[in-house]
Amino acid sequence: MNIPKIPLADWIEAIEDWMKLNFDPLFQLIKTIIGGMVNGLEYVLLGIPAIALIFIFAALATYLGKWKIGLFTLIGLFIIHNLGLWDKTMQTLALVLTATIISVVVGVPVGILMARSERLQRIVTPVLDFMQTMPAFVYLLPAVTFFSLGVVPGVISSIIFAIPPTIRLTNLGIRQVPSELIEAADAFGSTSRQKLIKLQLPLALPTIMAGINQTIMLSLSMVVISSMIGAQGVGNDVYRAVTQNKTGIGFEAGLAIVILAIILDRVVQNMMKKKSI
Amino acid sequence: MAILEARKVTKIFGSDPKKAIPLLDKGWSKAKILAETGATVGVNQASFTIEEGQIFVIMGLSGSGKSTLVRLLNRLIEPTHGELLFKGKDILKMNAEELRQFRRKNVGMVFQKFALFPHRTVIQNIEYGLEVQGIPSKQRREMAMQSLELVGLKGYEHSYPNQLSGGMQQRVGLARGLANEPDVLLMDEAFSALDPLIRKDMQDELLELQSKMKKTIVFITHDLNEALRIGDQIALMKDGSIVQIGSPEEILMQPANKYVERFVEDVDLSKVLTASHVMIKPETITLERGPRVALELMRSRGISNLYVVDKSRRLLGIITAEDASAAIKSGQTVEEVMIKDFPTVSPETIVNEFFDTISNTKVPISVMDEMGKLKGIVVRGAVLAALSGNNEIEVGELR
Repeated sequence: MNIPKIPLADWIEAIEDWMKLNFDPLFQLIKTIIGGMVNGLEYVLLGIPAIALIFIFAALATYLGKWKIGLFTLIGLFIIHNLGLWDKTMQTLALVLTATIISVVVGVPVGILMARSERLQRIVTPVLDFMQTMPAFVYLLPAVTFFSLGVVPGVISSIIFAIPPTIRLTNLGIRQVPSELIEAADAFGSTSRQKLIKLQLPLALPTIMAGINQTIMLSLSMVVISSMIGAQGVGNDVYRAVTQNKTGIGFEAGLAIVILAIILDRVVQNMMKKKSI
Repeated sequence: MAILEARKVTKIFGSDPKKAIPLLDKGWSKAKILAETGATVGVNQASFTIEEGQIFVIMGLSGSGKSTLVRLLNRLIEPTHGELLFKGKDILKMNAEELRQFRRKNVGMVFQKFALFPHRTVIQNIEYGLEVQGIPSKQRREMAMQSLELVGLKGYEHSYPNQLSGGMQQRVGLARGLANEPDVLLMDEAFSALDPLIRKDMQDELLELQSKMKKTIVFITHDLNEALRIGDQIALMKDGSIVQIGSPEEILMQPANKYVERFVEDVDLSKVLTASHVMIKPETITLERGPRVALELMRSRGISNLYVVDKSRRLLGIITAEDASAAIKSGQTVEEVMIKDFPTVSPETIVNEFFDTISNTKVPISVMDEMGKLKGIVVRGAVLAALSGNNEIEVGELR
């Protein structure tokens, strides 16, 4: 018997076309917002003189983490500056920060809702699995269709790839709050909002921060892929080095990403430690 | 006045709890209902009345439904059936907002595992119930401080719970339960997680607090000694049903059935029985009668001493047969020869506390009330009889 192939590819493309046709105003709005955020952040990061910004970041890292992290930040950023990758690194930082901020703004509330509803958890969990395991390149194509080339589709695909840990760990963190504490909060007549703000979120915060940390790392891992569709930044240098077989340039740009990753990771981890009792 | 009254309050766990209700009315057992319908009976038609200012102890072994029952009282667990009247108002008919107000203002709770919020300081923990009510921060801090002082933890307000010992943590739990000045305080195995010595301290402290505040307390425990020590009324639970409700004395002396009997047989009676349980009726004589009458009385009753009392039965001394006959010879009065230095206890004194005295004294211990009136005497034989298992009959007779 000859079973015909399911025309999945045709269907997907039909859906893509239909969405492009009907939701274009929405996509344009999203594009304006995300593009505006990235540009705004870039404007600030590049507007401040590099040397001043390096010291500001080092001071911030010391304040949020500890002096060792501050020192590492100082040295690491000077190396990046010395390699001539400062502007591109700041463009990458703007992209990563935008993706992270949107992931947190969307992901934490979704995680909270998920923690409150078994049904929502059953629906969302496989969607998150899908988002994380589908090869990231696959998102690039519809993202470009909807948002055209540039930084915006890069941010969008970064969010899709990087948001699951924030959602998952927010859900987990809230569910892990011991039931006897919930019971105590109920026994004293808390509303569910009071319970959330006074008990669940503070106790879940270290876990949520771990999720945000992973989100940052995952969106950093997307910068090279994003550069393939026209996002500016150090990712672009890595991509070019790969296509032109230039190991040295690739290593320099890669090092800049590593330094950025370590600074962000250590700062966030230390914030976690300070928050958890 | 009854502050809390439960009428056939029932909790059934399972997918179709309502189905099991008529079966309970038919008197089916918990096991049979589980086998037939798959529903688990948590609490089976519990009815009781709690008077204002009482410590009402609900006791039972684990799985007896006692922790479920206490949670039905503030609807942390939703009852399946029954009526639950707080000052005449049915708690089960309250809507969400009324229930929240009831929990905020009328009922406090203390938990077995303390359930303190780890991210809040001691004072912030105590404040929690006031905070959710929306009481301004200055006022609630004052109220919380008072509550903190009450449990003797002043100076620890800015510590975190994990910096305190178990006993101190539960004091915080107690202070938190008391901070909103509730009418009823629910204590779910509040002292069970503590070391035996600390537990006893906490029981003492609770009783002391209670003597000042006269709260209505519902106290859950699996420890019979604890129940007997602090309870005004005790409800004994088994398989979700209340088997017997009564004063500690009633539970001990008149067990309602074999289960209660088995339950109380291991009780260390010396820690439960008081002087009033083991005392016997003394032979007395008033002061105006002379030594001759006293001696004659002793002879006719076949005893060797008499208790000298005044007209209102206040104990003045003890006269022995030897002293009486010596007095007759030398012409002295009873007052001159009677023993005035003798051991006394109050009727509420626990037997355990006068073991030493009774083993070292030649004359029986006199039991006197606060007015100095002679209520009875304690002799070694009666104490031993009471402590040996078959105390029901013996003590009854001796009294």
